[in-house]
Amino acid sequence: MSAASAKSGLDFPAALKDAGLAALIALALSIAMLFFRTVDFQGNLILEKRWTLAGTTVLIVFAGRLALNLFWFPRRGGLGLFKIASSALPARFAELGKWMAPVLIVFAVVLPFLPASNRYIMDLAILVLTYVMLGWGLNIVVGLAGLLDLGYVAFYAVGAYSYALIATTFDWSFWVCLPLAGMFAALWGIILGFPVLRLRGDYLAIVTLAFGEIIRIVLLNWYTLTNGPDGITRIPRPSFFGLEFKRFGDGTFANYFNIEYSSMHRIVFLYYVILVLALITSALTIRLRRLPIGRAWEAMREDEIACRSLGINITNTKLTAFSIGAMFGGFAGSFFATRQGFISPESFTFIESAIILAIVVLGGMGSQIGVAIAAIVMIGGLELLRDLDALKQLFGDNFDPALYRMLLFGLAMVGIMVWRPRGLVSSRAPTVVLREHKARSADLVKEGHG
Amino acid sequence: MSEMLLQVRGVETYYGNIIALRGVDLDVQQGEIVTLIGANGAGKTTLMMTICGTPRAREGQIIFDGEDITQLPTHDIMHRSIAQSPEGRRIFPRMTVLENLQMGAILNEEETFGEDLELVYGLFPVLAERSEQRGGTLSGGEQQMLAIARALMGRPKLLLLDEPSLGLAPKIVKQIFSVIKDLNASRGLTVFLVEQNAYHALKLADRGYVMVNGRITMTGTGSELLHKEEVRAAYLEGAV
Ligand SMILES: Nc1ncnc2c1ncn2[C@@H]1O[C@H](COP(=O)(O)OP(=O)(O)OP(=O)(O)O)[C@@H](O)[C@H]1O
Ligand SMILES: [Mg+2]
Repeated sequence: MSAASAKSGLDFPAALKDAGLAALIALALSIAMLFFRTVDFQGNLILEKRWTLAGTTVLIVFAGRLALNLFWFPRRGGLGLFKIASSALPARFAELGKWMAPVLIVFAVVLPFLPASNRYIMDLAILVLTYVMLGWGLNIVVGLAGLLDLGYVAFYAVGAYSYALIATTFDWSFWVCLPLAGMFAALWGIILGFPVLRLRGDYLAIVTLAFGEIIRIVLLNWYTLTNGPDGITRIPRPSFFGLEFKRFGDGTFANYFNIEYSSMHRIVFLYYVILVLALITSALTIRLRRLPIGRAWEAMREDEIACRSLGINITNTKLTAFSIGAMFGGFAGSFFATRQGFISPESFTFIESAIILAIVVLGGMGSQIGVAIAAIVMIGGLELLRDLDALKQLFGDNFDPALYRMLLFGLAMVGIMVWRPRGLVSSRAPTVVLREHKARSADLVKEGHG
Repeated sequence: MSEMLLQVRGVETYYGNIIALRGVDLDVQQGEIVTLIGANGAGKTTLMMTICGTPRAREGQIIFDGEDITQLPTHDIMHRSIAQSPEGRRIFPRMTVLENLQMGAILNEEETFGEDLELVYGLFPVLAERSEQRGGTLSGGEQQMLAIARALMGRPKLLLLDEPSLGLAPKIVKQIFSVIKDLNASRGLTVFLVEQNAYHALKLADRGYVMVNGRITMTGTGSELLHKEEVRAAYLEGAV
């Protein structure tokens, strides 16, 4: 402690780091609040992208925070930033998580009603939420149970194809197929789990990677069932308690509620479906972490041998992690299928697994809020990079932004990993704390000696 | 009156084709403290792990509380009132002290948790003070106490301890050994203790075994062994 405060001279890299963090938060916030604005353009609503405004805001935050770090905090006893920026940062992030989670949830719930939201934003939000859900699902396997799974997309694919095939063949509704798709995916989780029970780390990663590819290649070549590379088309859309989202006919959503038809209704409905699915995933994970099975997952990640010596059945623990993780992947997959209306093996390539894994790792392996933020930053960021025309102003007209999208993305990832090697939220919240443990432990000390 | 709790009969254990235990016989009676001493690589840890089922004994029998457990999977064996504080402590580093203890009680009913917690916090008050600290940030001695406390949370009849004194200051070793003695005296806990620290172990134990190269070469009461010339020469050089 005293060593830390004694050292708190001008620690420039730490100040820079901290300012960078503030800028990142500002960036995440400004994407939604400043960057996009809808404007009326010749009678059409179009989306204006305010690069300068968002960029300036981020820069101001960065510079301001840096100035505070360098000149203001050190004077307040030297304990302002430097301690925070080094050791106590995770703790502060955890604090952040406490109010961040409710704020994000409220924001997600009201998003469709914000004046700024339009078709584009809602589509992007649905995409982000799908990845949030996938991230939370994989988080069970990788973050909690510590099993490095590079083939998670396989379960996403199984879920999507299960839904597509059942729905197109038997004409069952989305809400009947969804649990079935989850069950199929869970089953495949167990099928993958058995052969890899003895594997850990690199070896496990290789086998799961292969598993993901096998599933994709089977989907590609089993023409009679999956229609091969042509994919499955005309996958039924979900209905709102039996009410269809159609323009014409009876029993449609618009008809029933006596409102004018709008294609946004379905989008908003899909948005809420994935939001609820994602929140269920998260709530279940949080609940499971407190139950013996979840605690066994985390203990297994820490030390398998110690787990065995405590009487934990490692086989069951691994298989449940794989199957529950896979089940959520399957749910997300069937959502993906019903939303797209069309699926083909092309949607389930290795890059998907890599992105989901990156979300979990960036998020901080095990942190729910971290995974959510990472998904927003990654998917939102990738989407922003799709349209880099603004950079043309910077680099001249010869600059082709599309070429640089992945490069910039990769750079950003490297940057984050250098800056926070253990992910955005690396501190692990304990699942159990003793209330009034100070008072009680004092009693116990006496008892022990008595 | 003393009842046999653990019987090891002609156990042979192999790592691949390499033999590590060459026909070990060993008994632990209800309420005893029994110690196993031996040089590095003698096979002490192997014997303790064989009792727990990994690795499995290729020959021989292990009987716990009248039941043959030789072929049971590890987690089933650990369900039978056996608890172990493994070599190298193996606490869960990212979990708090309290969470570690909770893991020790994972097979128990929830109702007894508070009571057991009070017991181990009473035995090791330092753990109570550090209840919310991450296991990995505890000192070596505290980690060892945590490993023992975690094993105790499982309410064992038989406690297996593998080198609890490893790397600890003499004062802490004394404290830990006196806790073991207390538990044995007040609660009748049976203890099987593997140790390098032969002097302290033999002083503490009712009976001891000496292992050389995967074989038991000597056995006797603690004080008998303590005074045997071979034992003194091999394991107690400069210790007394
Ligand atoms: N997993 C393993 N695979 C192969 N050989 C092993 C394995 N574990 C232990 N051995 C070998 O078995 C023998 C006995 O090892 P063991 O760990 O039981 O010794 P020990 O008596 O506990 O020694 P120490 O006092 O140093 O802990 C040693 O020769 C060791 O190299
Ligand atoms: Mg050993």
